[in-house]
Amino acid sequence: MRASLFITCYNDTLFPETGRAVVRLLERLGVELDFHPKQTCCGQMHANTGFRGEAFCQAKRFVRMYQDVVAVVIPSSSCVAMIRDQYPGLFEELGNEELRRQFASLLPRVYELSEFVVDQLGVDDVGAYFPHRVTYHASCHGLRGIHLGDRPARLMNKVRGMEQVPLANLDRCCGFGGTFSVKNGEVSSAMLAVKLQDLMATRAEFCTALDNSCLMHLGGAMHRQYAGMKTIHLAEILASTEAEPAEALL
Amino acid sequence: MSGTSYHPVLDPALAPPFPKAVLPVLRNPQLRKNVAHAIDVIQAKRARLVAEKVDWQELRSAGAAIREHSLAHLGAYLEQFEARCTAAGGTVHWAADADEARRIILEILRQENASEVIKIKTMTSAEIQLNPFLEAAGIKAYETDLAEIILQLGHEEPSHIVVPALHVNRSQVREIFAQSMGIKDLSDDPKALTAAARNYLRQKFLTVPTAISGANFLVAETGSVAIVESEGNGRMCLTLPNTMITLAGIEKVIPRFQDLEVMLQVLARSATGERMNPYTSVWSGVTPGDGPQRFHVVLLDNGRSKILAKNTERQTLRCIRCAACMNSCPVYRQTGGHAYGSVYPGPIGAILTPQLMQMNYAQSLPYASSLCGACYEVCPVKINIPEVLLELRSQVVNQERGKAAKFFDPMYLGLRAANLIFSRAWLFHAAQYLGRVGLKLFTGKDGWIHRLPSIGGEWTQTRDLRGLPKQPFHSWWAARQKGGR
Repeated sequence: MRASLFITCYNDTLFPETGRAVVRLLERLGVELDFHPKQTCCGQMHANTGFRGEAFCQAKRFVRMYQDVVAVVIPSSSCVAMIRDQYPGLFEELGNEELRRQFASLLPRVYELSEFVVDQLGVDDVGAYFPHRVTYHASCHGLRGIHLGDRPARLMNKVRGMEQVPLANLDRCCGFGGTFSVKNGEVSSAMLAVKLQDLMATRAEFCTALDNSCLMHLGGAMHRQYAGMKTIHLAEILASTEAEPAEALL
Repeated sequence: MSGTSYHPVLDPALAPPFPKAVLPVLRNPQLRKNVAHAIDVIQAKRARLVAEKVDWQELRSAGAAIREHSLAHLGAYLEQFEARCTAAGGTVHWAADADEARRIILEILRQENASEVIKIKTMTSAEIQLNPFLEAAGIKAYETDLAEIILQLGHEEPSHIVVPALHVNRSQVREIFAQSMGIKDLSDDPKALTAAARNYLRQKFLTVPTAISGANFLVAETGSVAIVESEGNGRMCLTLPNTMITLAGIEKVIPRFQDLEVMLQVLARSATGERMNPYTSVWSGVTPGDGPQRFHVVLLDNGRSKILAKNTERQTLRCIRCAACMNSCPVYRQTGGHAYGSVYPGPIGAILTPQLMQMNYAQSLPYASSLCGACYEVCPVKINIPEVLLELRSQVVNQERGKAAKFFDPMYLGLRAANLIFSRAWLFHAAQYLGRVGLKLFTGKDGWIHRLPSIGGEWTQTRDLRGLPKQPFHSWWAARQKGGR
């Protein structure tokens, strides 16, 4: 199966190891992966801050770039939610009929990583090995935005050697919220403090998620506080094997 | 209101922006404990009672459809309500704004020669600053809802629309009652506290012949007003006084009496986590020999028809004030209600307040959300609050972006630059390089950034940031392609 990877702007810049893990994972599962070199951003930051005109620029760019691909895989649930929830309204508002048609045809081919692996490849067991104690943070956009459901759990349950610990108040936001984290930095920090209490109570070594934006927020606080827990994108756990352990372990 | 001196409370026109208003709250352990505890209790009850309803999603859809239909034909249903209510012996008044509503109510009270008035809990009266206005006009308003009594006697402001004294705990209530009622040996046992409130209230019920209420629903078909409550004090106000004045937002109307079947089910479960609220009062006009013999309804617009005219924002008016959104909100859970600077706090307040203010005030409220979507998930009438928040954010940006003062604002500067950068891949890649080099200055030996200037400092106040890696993903991919895998 062929697929094109949309890595997202912040993963490209800040979390290349997640991208490398996605490549390793999908190629191991037999996917012929492609990467459009001119990709940048989906426009989520602009749209969520109220810069709708700018968000539209990025949305248009995304649709034109990927209109011919078999599938777009995105390892960031909030960016997928942006495309599914906000692009329709943006194109509606602009009233560009051609773009709307292109988007309508592209939308069913846009997948979040766990959707692609479980639904499209039909795989639960990706052959991963990760001998650590791990807790899963269900990002709001993964949970309520694009309804990932049990897909992450199905993938995690098959990882050999991994001990899973459930996180209390799984449906509660960690307080990141994009520019919310700086526009309302203090409230964001208060929400973070509460989330960290739940995380620390798991005594896990790693907190994983399908969205590095929450993890940047949580991991940044863990680092600040010498909390003894690290964050890791689920793609990195799924890519990890005995022969090639996750980069975070090196 | 010009020329009248009264002190408005929770007035969005005077409130500091949300990020500033939260600071004292976030440092107040008692308040944060009170709010989180109360919220957790209500949330757990709601979750239990919603789960037992197998058709909850269908009920939500029905609730949303009834409210949406009412709004689509609002004018017709309001006129029907007016006709039926008038035929049943009521008098209907129309108030375009808060000022007109206050004047209408004052005039009625003057005709009644009232120097005192008892009130059923109504947030709409707080929206129009009714109590301080009446006080300035020489009329003392007495709240009869237990939570409202606590606030009134303690000179506190409401922090929640269903349980307005949610931020006050039992021992604080004891203090307020002991001081204001002069009961030195009052215990903080709930029974003793309610007994004290009952003594206080009984005297009001028996001596004050005029009452004010809000409305949970107005029924167009029958011209009825419906009030739901837990304590029965509202029922007392509907039984003993001679005169009742109901203040209701124009959006409160529903078409048929039968629609209450759906609305009361979703309201009670969402608001207090009960199958049915203890007291539901529905009355139509005046009934000779039973209850108030003079009955007025004041229908308040106060910006609502402007909201009605807007496509995305209209859904705001579906709200039935159950507060499930604030109970589920992770922001509200930390801040409580006062920081919103409005009688309507939480997610619904974050969209309703700036709209009622016609976007002239409260522009920080649409940003008081992490867009986590919990509010939308629980809303019994399916208001897509995140969608409306985003719409309002874009209106705020459109208001501000032209202003000279905002031109060099780091947020505006950054987002404009980001748009340019994201529009061309080579610029994006150059910015990544420059960003890495620039941030080296702030990156510690451990490879992490601990302190950033300007808006970055908002991030690093509680979070580190890993220094930018040498090789962005796209460079790794390009090198790998070149190397033939």
